Amino acid sequence: MAASKKPTNESGEAIWGMMGEFKSPYHITKAAEMFRDAGYKKWDVYTPIPIHGMDEAMGLKTSKIGPIVGIMAIVGVVSALALQGWTSAVDYRMVVAGKPYFAWEQFTPVTFELGVLFSAFGAIFGMLALNKLPMWYHPLMKKDRFLRVSDDRFVIAVEATDAKFNAEQLRAFFEKAGGSNIEMVEE
Amino acid sequence: MSALNPDQQVAEQLAQGGIGVGRDAQYDPETIDGTIVDDPSIRAPLVLGGRDFHSVTETICSWNEDRTPKWWLPAFGASATVAGIGTLMILYLIITGVGVWGLNNPVSWGWAIVNFVWWVGIGHAGTLISAILCIFKQKWRTSINRFAEAMTIFAVICAGTFPGIHVGRVWFAWFLFPVPNYNAIWPNFRSPLLWDVFAVGTYFTVSLLFWYMGMIPDLATLRDRAMKRLDARAALGPIEIAIGKIAAFGYGVMAMGWRFSFRGWQNYEKAYILLAGIATPLVLSVHSVVSFDFAVSILPGWHTTIFPPYFVAGAIFSGFAMVLTLLLPARALYPGMKDFVTARTIENMCKIITVTGSMVGFAYTMEFFIAWYSASPYEQQAFIIRAFGPYWWAYFTMFFCNVISPQVFWFKWARTTPWFIFVITIFVNIGMWFERFVIVSTLSADFLPSSWGYYAPTIVDILTFVGSLGIFMTLFLLFMRFLPMLAISEVKNVLPQADPHVDPDAPHATEGH
Repeated sequence: MAASKKPTNESGEAIWGMMGEFKSPYHITKAAEMFRDAGYKKWDVYTPIPIHGMDEAMGLKTSKIGPIVGIMAIVGVVSALALQGWTSAVDYRMVVAGKPYFAWEQFTPVTFELGVLFSAFGAIFGMLALNKLPMWYHPLMKKDRFLRVSDDRFVIAVEATDAKFNAEQLRAFFEKAGGSNIEMVEE
Repeated sequence: MSALNPDQQVAEQLAQGGIGVGRDAQYDPETIDGTIVDDPSIRAPLVLGGRDFHSVTETICSWNEDRTPKWWLPAFGASATVAGIGTLMILYLIITGVGVWGLNNPVSWGWAIVNFVWWVGIGHAGTLISAILCIFKQKWRTSINRFAEAMTIFAVICAGTFPGIHVGRVWFAWFLFPVPNYNAIWPNFRSPLLWDVFAVGTYFTVSLLFWYMGMIPDLATLRDRAMKRLDARAALGPIEIAIGKIAAFGYGVMAMGWRFSFRGWQNYEKAYILLAGIATPLVLSVHSVVSFDFAVSILPGWHTTIFPPYFVAGAIFSGFAMVLTLLLPARALYPGMKDFVTARTIENMCKIITVTGSMVGFAYTMEFFIAWYSASPYEQQAFIIRAFGPYWWAYFTMFFCNVISPQVFWFKWARTTPWFIFVITIFVNIGMWFERFVIVSTLSADFLPSSWGYYAPTIVDILTFVGSLGIFMTLFLLFMRFLPMLAISEVKNVLPQADPHVDPDAPHATEGH
């Protein structure tokens, strides 16, 4: 433990970070802008709804889901054509209703459906992977106050691994940004 | 801040005690619950009762967390019994053979295919509401989308049963999938029946994923509340603790550790809108592909290009009717649901039923016109037999229920009176079943007059269909009891308080609570 740079509290427990509550979507958006401008990197906003315009307020880049879905759509279309073409025109050729072996017109519905199916897999599993879900344990979940986020609370939390993390300064910064119920979060 | 946006206007009206404030808002014959506003410059409130985030959570979660309502267990018992009868009929079919059904030689597709198409059609409303209305930014959808998506999933489960058992030798149903087998042959990808497998399979999978993804934040809400309840352990009895632990664990596993972080929300929102985007053509494609089962065959009365759009319109029509059939009783039974599912929402759905019903009516008429215009005696004869032959009663039922009955919604009274809407939706459900029956029974008079005959179902046919209704209702009742029936986070998102540009402390405060 001695080698670890992680800060600890008085009783020697490792600190995960610090959280503070804000009053409303309006207030937390304003506070997020302050955290962004102060140069914090490892922090996040926790809200019961996806607040409109928060990505800008937090200075986030566009989500990577788009390219993932695009690539998966292409994979789906190509594999559908490959499957149908190989089974119908290569592996076991059979004349059915006088149609050509590689009847792309007849292959369109399945190609479309598999394109959609793969894109949907890309969207949902991509979302889960980018969000590192499923995650069965998170330090924040031990905080009673944090559990109200799923209801009507608005929370900002900064991780202890952030380069700028300093407990006293951060507490003062939370207060300046309008936060209340500021708490340390243990690992 | 410059001009107020319409949502803010609503917020201000709410704050001034204007439209729709107060529980079970004053009934007003003009605006019903305050949401039927004819002036398009006034945006009707989406959630009534002056609710804030917390009261939305409390109300919607209470439907899962409170004691089981008194009507639930009898309803569940009855549905499960009917479902059991249906399952026994399927078992009887499998051990005996398709001869237990009323199929005969020209009519080799009977009730099974009728039921399949009917159920798939019903399954269209959910994804339409969640995907297409999402893309068109119809915010009123937030209160009904979860409900409709659940209905979609269960309807598609019922639909999928029928082709599965219709293949006769059920143990060969896996031949439908491109799996290498000992005959070294592959399914025929040039056949619409195989397209169906992929279309319905994709539709089911995507709808299920869409439904589940939408539910993740709400499951996390239920999980957090279950964990909170367990904190007050001292006050709970052993059974309550056990139930609480099961709830916390079950919802916890399903929520997968979602913790409402905005970095998570950002990916989630993007994934959601992309899913909506790809589900939109999917909804339109599924019933088109189902209609290919008929349209691609070279049979009079089936071989027609109008089928895909006409099937899709009919699917949306029947789907909306089924959503209302389930929604109206639920809205009356669950306390507080009327605040979310407003009269306006119901009215909008009635309007969609009238529009799609008219489209279906247009298609029926156009089919007749094209049959005459084609100058093909077979085509003409197929239609004359449909409308005036031995199945005239089915055609008449279809026409009355689908084309005439939804026209009542031109009258405001009709589309704002729940019991009356309920009756009409039952008509639509019946009418759409008969539409499929009319199409399938065309087979009974094919090219060869010597093989003409009358197709009638057996008791096994009928009980299997009734059993599928039981399966549907059983699944739906389980959903109502254990899963969040309304999309909690989406409903919160359309509240005026969700607007990040409005400072609740400012002088012109728009406090909703």
